[in-house]
Amino acid sequence: MPHRKIHVDRVFHALGDPTRRALVERLSEGPISVSLLAKPLAITLAAVVQHLQVLEKSGLVRTEKLGRVRTCRIETAGLSVAEQWIEDRRAIWEKRLDRLGDLLQE
Amino acid sequence: MEKPTVSHGTFVIERTYAATPERVFAAFSDPVKKRRWYIEGHNNEAETFEMDFRVGGTDRSSYRMGPNSPLPGTVISNETKYMDIVPNRRIVIAYTMSMGERRFSSSQATFELVPSEKGTELTFTEQGAYFEGSDGIQMRENGWRLLLEHLDKGIPVAA
Repeated sequence: MPHRKIHVDRVFHALGDPTRRALVERLSEGPISVSLLAKPLAITLAAVVQHLQVLEKSGLVRTEKLGRVRTCRIETAGLSVAEQWIEDRRAIWEKRLDRLGDLLQE
Repeated sequence: MEKPTVSHGTFVIERTYAATPERVFAAFSDPVKKRRWYIEGHNNEAETFEMDFRVGGTDRSSYRMGPNSPLPGTVISNETKYMDIVPNRRIVIAYTMSMGERRFSSSQATFELVPSEKGTELTFTEQGAYFEGSDGIQMRENGWRLLLEHLDKGIPVAA
């Protein structure tokens, strides 16, 4: 299974810009075409495309061309559904086993 | 209703503890000790905790997700059955997790305790079946939303 790690510094750089945060916020509601995404914003379509490229490089967003329409969506850390499940469950158990370690140190 | 789907997955976590296998095992068999590491994180509030530590016995616990979690106020419940217990060496459980009334996973998990020079090496292996809905993606999206809200306000996100 391919597994692409998110680069933390790229993510923070990508999210350090208010326009890009607004784009991610809109995308977290669901996939949307690039032109619809650009509509409510007071910037050019070209500028939106540039912001999307930064977000895409950071692994936060994925765009794909379906016919003549380019659609973008939140890329949930480049993980498959199964991998996300495992990451969520692993996080729960890692916290538990760390707390167990703290308890054993008392 | 959402279409029923299942994803299967396995993962392993390893930890080394500076304690004998006997002490590590006691943190599983003693309800007072177990409650502290198993359920009482700073982000969660325990609602119920019942334990019956013997092969065939069942534990039931639930907690309410804390204010800094992806879904604050949501009750997550857990039903665990002990499948195998070898004192100080191995515990195998089968457990389900639910969000509200809805079960979202069923797993088998194995804890292996191996004595080492440093104390105890614990290997945790989960083999899970994860169901549709209430799922990881949704939690992640809510997590993103929260992260973005915090970033907007310039508030550090609690770990």
